[in-house]
Amino acid sequence: MAHAAVAEHRSTSPWLHFAVRRLIGLAAIFLVLLVVSFLIVQLIPGDPAAGLAGANADLADIERIRHQLGLDQPLWQRFIDYAGGVLSGDLGTSFMYRQPVLTIIENRLPFTATIALAGIAIVLLVAIPLGMLIGVLTQGGRRKWLDTGFGFVTGFLDSVPGYVMATFLVVMFALGIGVLPLFPPAYTPRFGSASFVLPIAAIVIGPICTVSRVVRRETAVVLGNDYQRTAHGWRLPAWKRYIKWALPNLLTSTLTVSGLVLTGLIGGAVVIESVFALPGLGSGIIKAILDRDYPVIQAMVIVIGMIAALINLLVDILLGLIDERTLGGSHVSA
Amino acid sequence: MSRRRNLGLVLGLSLLGVVVVIAVLAPILFKTGADELGQRFAPPSADHWLGTDAAGHDVLLRSLVATRLTLLMTVAATAIAVALGVLLGTSVWLMPRRLRELCLRAIDAMVAFPGLLLALVVAAVLGAGGSSAVIAIGVAGIPYFARLTGNLAAKVSQREFVSTARLLGVSPVRIAFRHLLPNMSEPLLVLSASTFAGTLTAISALSFVGLGVQSPSYDWGKLLNEALPSLLADRPFQLVGPAVLIVVTGLAAVLIGDGLAAAANPRAARTAAGGASTRRTSQGTPRDGYLVDVQELSIEYDGKQLVKGISFGIRQGEILGIVGESGSGKTLTAMALAQLLPDGLISNATRMTLGDLDLLGPVPPGLMAQTVGLVYQDPGSTFNPALRMGTQLTEVLRTHRRLGAQAARRRIIDALGTVRLSKPEQRMKQHPHELSGGMRQRAMIAAALATEPRLIIADEPTTALDVTVQAEILRELKRLNSEFGTSIMVISHDIGVVRALCHRVIVMYQGKAVEEIEAAHLTVASAQHSYTKALLEATPELTLENSHG
Amino acid sequence: MADDAPVIEVRDLEVSYGWGRSTTRVLHGITIDVAKGTTVAVVGESGSGKSTLAKTLVGAVRPSAGSVTIGGIDVTAARGARRTAMRRKVQMIPQDPYSSLDPRRTIGDALAEAVDPRRAKVTRHADEIVSWLETVRMPADTLHRYPHELSGGQRQRVAIARGLIVRPEVVIADEITSALDVSVQAEILRLIARLRVELGLTMVFISHNLAVVRQISDEVVVLYRGEVVEHGPADQVYDDPQHEYTRTLLNAVPGAPGFDIEPRRREVA
Repeated sequence: MAHAAVAEHRSTSPWLHFAVRRLIGLAAIFLVLLVVSFLIVQLIPGDPAAGLAGANADLADIERIRHQLGLDQPLWQRFIDYAGGVLSGDLGTSFMYRQPVLTIIENRLPFTATIALAGIAIVLLVAIPLGMLIGVLTQGGRRKWLDTGFGFVTGFLDSVPGYVMATFLVVMFALGIGVLPLFPPAYTPRFGSASFVLPIAAIVIGPICTVSRVVRRETAVVLGNDYQRTAHGWRLPAWKRYIKWALPNLLTSTLTVSGLVLTGLIGGAVVIESVFALPGLGSGIIKAILDRDYPVIQAMVIVIGMIAALINLLVDILLGLIDERTLGGSHVSA
Repeated sequence: MSRRRNLGLVLGLSLLGVVVVIAVLAPILFKTGADELGQRFAPPSADHWLGTDAAGHDVLLRSLVATRLTLLMTVAATAIAVALGVLLGTSVWLMPRRLRELCLRAIDAMVAFPGLLLALVVAAVLGAGGSSAVIAIGVAGIPYFARLTGNLAAKVSQREFVSTARLLGVSPVRIAFRHLLPNMSEPLLVLSASTFAGTLTAISALSFVGLGVQSPSYDWGKLLNEALPSLLADRPFQLVGPAVLIVVTGLAAVLIGDGLAAAANPRAARTAAGGASTRRTSQGTPRDGYLVDVQELSIEYDGKQLVKGISFGIRQGEILGIVGESGSGKTLTAMALAQLLPDGLISNATRMTLGDLDLLGPVPPGLMAQTVGLVYQDPGSTFNPALRMGTQLTEVLRTHRRLGAQAARRRIIDALGTVRLSKPEQRMKQHPHELSGGMRQRAMIAAALATEPRLIIADEPTTALDVTVQAEILRELKRLNSEFGTSIMVISHDIGVVRALCHRVIVMYQGKAVEEIEAAHLTVASAQHSYTKALLEATPELTLENSHG
Repeated sequence: MADDAPVIEVRDLEVSYGWGRSTTRVLHGITIDVAKGTTVAVVGESGSGKSTLAKTLVGAVRPSAGSVTIGGIDVTAARGARRTAMRRKVQMIPQDPYSSLDPRRTIGDALAEAVDPRRAKVTRHADEIVSWLETVRMPADTLHRYPHELSGGQRQRVAIARGLIVRPEVVIADEITSALDVSVQAEILRLIARLRVELGLTMVFISHNLAVVRQISDEVVVLYRGEVVEHGPADQVYDDPQHEYTRTLLNAVPGAPGFDIEPRRREVA
């Protein structure tokens, strides 16, 4: 009785609590990213200015860079200046391109956002039905062969790194070995959206395998629960037991696990962009690291980090829509 | 199944063995060959099986030689992630509670972050290079491993042997080494295998994008990087060597991980599912006066008889109790009657009927749902936690009576009123976890009632409830029986419960009915069978007559 | 009952979880004395706070007010080595026989750890361990067995031996028979009844089952929603309960004289 009353009290506005809590969380993550990106430059071994100026620089160059980075000022002063700049939208100027970093980000963001969001949608839309289907077909130890085959195929595809998969896809679908050359092997503006097909395919195959294995395992767990026996006892038809009774429970546990896989997918996107020469944030940050273009690195760390945080938030919102109880805290305990 | 999984483990270990042999021998045997310069971009030939690269190196030899560096880097980075991750994940559980919460939150936040981005940050600070790639990937793997270790440690430290050790005065560090780590070793080994696979991919990725190993050194990722322009120039064979080696090594790690997991988990060995009953129609002669007539029911699993030829009947309006200890087969008997035996169990009987329904043959689900109502043991888990009570309770009526949403709702609210659940309309909108155990059990009984069944099977209906709530639920069942004349079959381990509730009781022991007796005669003096007497004597009583103190 | 000073003194104990508005009071104003050599049964339904009381007695839960004194030492104030020594004076026999023994360590290891938490060497203490195994009616070769080789009842015997081998001043038994079958429960209860006489145990026996504790307790404390509603000699509590809730509890046991299965007029869940 007592705990029922407590639950009622809490359920007044779970979404409001959630929103407040997550906004604070986002702010905290932003702060951490700000500090981390700031520290990247501070932690460069030796004299950052000399390091940045390169081997051929003379003392004047080094002094200029030192002043430009504000390295001649105390640490806290530099951080305040840096944070102030970022917050007012001034992300600095690229060493390499002599161009505002903000412009570079604006040009590159759409590419990364497209393949990341499309990738996540595809992973969830394919992996959940697939894993559930296999889970239902193999429940209680039925169809051993299917279980083994599914385990082997997904295990194999899962162990192929995204960039190797990408080269394989290029060989198969872009170069005309085996199949017709359907898609461009590298990003070409005139192909438009067709340019995105292979990159997205390359980043989703691994996560689809991982997530569908999770779903398959969770399906077995959920179908073994007592409430499934209740549904069975009420002789509900199979589709109702699977879709209406099992699916919501399955989704909560699956999405909780998949959040990790999906943020990992961002990491995959960073590498894949290099294979397909997509001018996105991933290839951008890698090029910037090679060029030691620190203002660009700093800004991209913040932006990519915030994208990951937003994706996590998205997953939690989805979870909340499916089962309001998950809004209560970060740990699903029930 | 377990044999096949072990096959995977064997395959994985042999693949890894081959790769390790290559790593040891290739640099000794082929180092000079790999550095020799020949014709540039040569296609595959007898001299160069996989062709040559842009500088004229033999691609196959270079791929083989690169194995050692790649493996060493992967092992080093994995070691960093595993060692520091285990250290962090375990020590979190030895911290005071507040600090632990804080650390767990921090680890959670870091895990939610793409590891590769963290690796890029480290690479940006340290500059491109092999050792910075190892540190970057190793460090990036720490939070993930720490979290998994933390989850495992959380599970183990909840077990009572850990809290007991703490109470005995065993120091936290000793608890970690003596109890936590040994009980986590198998899953940690499995996770290390998958971490190895992930690390291989990630380190190769860094080299592949140019942030890892720098010329003149080379690992597989670097070779892939060098081969990329060739791919676009229609010379894909240059990729084959490193790509195959990466995939084979990764696959070996995954197979080893899966194989270890399967070996650590003996529960996976379950035999295939079979049909519920083997005989299609009832043969035995019907016995007069019984609504339920079960003759010679036996249930077996994997060739082992769990229920050994039990016969019983339930009269119209009668409450029959089946009492016995765990393993006596009482629940299986009830589930066979309800046609709800779990997969793999095979039932056999000469006769099993309920009124004019032959329960040995197929019965239409709708008819079955409306003939037999079920009440289960643990009201905490019988309802679907994700759905509102109303949605679940109305489901039977909507499915089998084809009632509309409103009509079904009204019927259920009536039924909830009948079992005297407070505020029925509000309960319909609530989720199961918002109700107490007693409320949920009342709701379950209401759902069983709503279809006006001829028989209610209640399997340990009060075992999970407090004694005062148990009394209420028992009274409720008794009242439904006397008001509506519904026959009830009650399964319980508690002689007190069946004696109070039932008219007649069957005592089961090791799959057999050892005694059938009127509930009123269920005393040490009147019972015939020695097991019944022993059971009665073992049951603690409030009155001190038969105590052994 | 030889000593005048009680071994356990619980004074005005308050335990609550959470802060501010979400504070949940679990125990309120608990005052209990347990004299040396006696067994006090604590009985209550779920949510009564009986498990929290057990955890407070062994120092695993910190009270928000009041004090728990065992053998003259304040459980909550003790720190460091004193606290460790204190803890060994109080031993808890846990509820679940399946999770109370480390599956990776032999019974010998488990008992040796109790004797000597630092080194936990079986060989050094083999005699003592074997004699305690015999006390709980387990064969000497159990020493080399692993928990999974034993039945639930046997494990519970080992858990009892582990609790007693420390020679604690106080034993807390938390629902030690509730996971067992009736016939096994009867064996364990007989064992406890014998040991408490033979060894002169001072014991707090926690249970949800009134019938179970009748045989083995000198005094009974009835908890209801975190408060003591009745406390008295066992015979008095059973034969002449003073509080309404105690009567409800007694009458709810099927087979009890006051139990009535016929529906009552007003009762709504």
